[in-house]
Amino acid sequence: MHPAYSVIFFTTASGAGYGLLFWLSLAEAVGAMPGGRWLSFAIIAVALTLISLGLLSSTLHLGHPERAIGAFLQWRSSWLSREGVAAVLTYIPAGLLALMWLFNIESGLSSILAILSAVGAAVTVYCTGMIYGSLRTIRQWSHHLVPLIYLGFAAATGALLFGFSLAICVSLPMWTTLLILVTTVTAAVMKISYWKQVDADPGQYTREMALGMPHLGTARPLDPPHSRPNFVMREMGYSVARNHAEKLRTLTMVTLMGAPIVLTLLAMLIGLTGLWLALAVIAAGVGIVTERWLFFAEAEHVSQLYYGAARA
Amino acid sequence: MTTLPQSTGKKLGLVIDLDICVGCQSCATSCKEWNTGGYSAPLSDHDPYGGDPSGAWLNRIHSYEFDDGQQAKTVHFPRSCLHCEEPDCVTVCPTGASYKREEDGIVLVNPDTCIGCKLCSWACPYGAREYDYDDGVMKKCTLCVDRIYNETIPEEDRVPACVRSCPTGARAFGDLDDPTSDVSKSVIARGGFNLLDEFGYKPTNKYLPPRKAEVPAAPVERQPEQVAAPGNTAIEKLFSWVDKALS
Repeated sequence: MHPAYSVIFFTTASGAGYGLLFWLSLAEAVGAMPGGRWLSFAIIAVALTLISLGLLSSTLHLGHPERAIGAFLQWRSSWLSREGVAAVLTYIPAGLLALMWLFNIESGLSSILAILSAVGAAVTVYCTGMIYGSLRTIRQWSHHLVPLIYLGFAAATGALLFGFSLAICVSLPMWTTLLILVTTVTAAVMKISYWKQVDADPGQYTREMALGMPHLGTARPLDPPHSRPNFVMREMGYSVARNHAEKLRTLTMVTLMGAPIVLTLLAMLIGLTGLWLALAVIAAGVGIVTERWLFFAEAEHVSQLYYGAARA
Repeated sequence: MTTLPQSTGKKLGLVIDLDICVGCQSCATSCKEWNTGGYSAPLSDHDPYGGDPSGAWLNRIHSYEFDDGQQAKTVHFPRSCLHCEEPDCVTVCPTGASYKREEDGIVLVNPDTCIGCKLCSWACPYGAREYDYDDGVMKKCTLCVDRIYNETIPEEDRVPACVRSCPTGARAFGDLDDPTSDVSKSVIARGGFNLLDEFGYKPTNKYLPPRKAEVPAAPVERQPEQVAAPGNTAIEKLFSWVDKALS
C-alpha cells in the first residue's frame, strides 16, 4: 500500500498526543500529577496541539477536505467515521480540563473530565487501528494485533512525552519511569510477534481464486490492461524491497524499542533525566514514523492478484 | 446511508462470457467514452498522449494464459465493479457517498458528497474503484445507470455501454435475481461463477467459463532445427556475392 505522508504524520502525531493525554488524565484522576496547574496545562496544550496537527494533516490526503464534516455521519458502519466522532467528542472533556487549569478553577468535576479524556483518547486510537484492522483485503492489516499495536505505541510514545515533560519541568517520578519501560516493552513485544505472524502467513488468496477458475490450471498474466500504472497499481501495488524492509525493521527496533528503553534506564540510574529522555523522544520519533511507513509499505492488497501477484 | 440494504428489489448486473471475449477493448473504450460525459463525468486523464499516460477507467481488460500441464489457453478477462451484495466498499465510507441502491442493487458513489478518502478502494478486493485525481472523488462502474433507465435514448441503447458495444456478444446485462431472465439462465446453463467467492462479498456480476476444447490440440513434437550450411546452392552463392558487393 502506498504510504501517504499525511496519514503517517496523522497517526503518529495524534497517536502520541492521545497517549500523552491519556497518561496526563490518568495521573490527574488519581491525584498523582506532580507540579502545579501550569505544568498540567502545558502538557495538555502539547497533547491537544499534536492531536490537532495530526487531524488537520489527515485531511490533506482527501480529494475534498472542505467536505470533511460529512465524515461524521456514518458512525454506524464506518470505523473512519467513528474515529472522527470519537476525536471530536474527546475534545470536549480535554478542552474543559485545559480551561480549568488555565483559569485555575477548582472543581470536583476535574477527575470525571480526566477519566472521560482518557477514555476518549483510548477509544479514538482504537478506532484508528480498526480502520486498518477491519480491511480484509490486506492480510497484514486485518490482523487482531493491529489495533492493539496502535494502542500500544500511542501509549508508549505518549508515556515517553509525559516523562520527558515531567523531567524537564519538575522531576521524573519512579512510576513514570516504569510506565515508559512497561509500555515500550509491551508495544515492542506485540510488534515483533506481529511481524513473526505475518511473515509466516503466505496469504490465503491466489491469482487463480481471484480469476475464479482454479480448475483451468495455473494462470499467468499475458497482456496487461494498460501500459502504465493506474490508480489501483500506484495506491495498492506499492511495495518495498525485501532487504530494505528488513533494514527498516531493524531501524524501528533500535529507535522505537531499544533506544527508549536503554535511555530511560540511563535516566533512572545516572540522572540527567531531561537529556536522556530528550534523546529517547527523538529516537522514538524517528522510530514511530519508520514503523508506520513500513506498516503501509509492507501491506499487500488482494487486488494485486490481477496485476501479477501470485498470493495475497 | 452506508449500511447495506436488507435486500434489493432487483439484482442488476453483468454476465461476462470468457469463452467468446476476444479482448478487443471495445467495452473499455465505450465505457470511458460514455462515462466521461455521463454520471461519472469527468473521467480525468493525465498525460494521455505522453510517455506516462494514466487516467480513471471503470473497466479494465486483462489477458491471462492458463496452463493445466497439457494445454495452454488464452483467456481475456474484463474486470469492473461486480455490484456485490455485501461489499465493505459501502460500509467503510464515512460520509455515505458510497451506497448500494435498494431498488436495483447498483453500487454508486455520490460525487457531490464523496470526500476522496479512498478507503472504499482499499476495501475492494477486485481493484474496481479508481480515484480521479483531478475531480478529487472516487469513480466506479455505475452499470450505466444514466442509460438503462433513460427514456430519451432508443430502447436498444438502454443497456450499459460496454454491453452495447461488445462485437462478440460476450457481455450481457439483466436481473440476476430473476431466475427467468436470460442472464440467470445463461449462468445456470454454463456454470457461471463468482470472482474470489471465498472473500464473501457475494458479487452480482457473473463470469461464464471458457468451454472445454472438444478435440484437444495434439502436442506438436519438436523436431531438431535443421539449419542449412550457407553457401551450398548456386542461388545462395549468388546472394552471398550480392551481399558482399553491396556492403
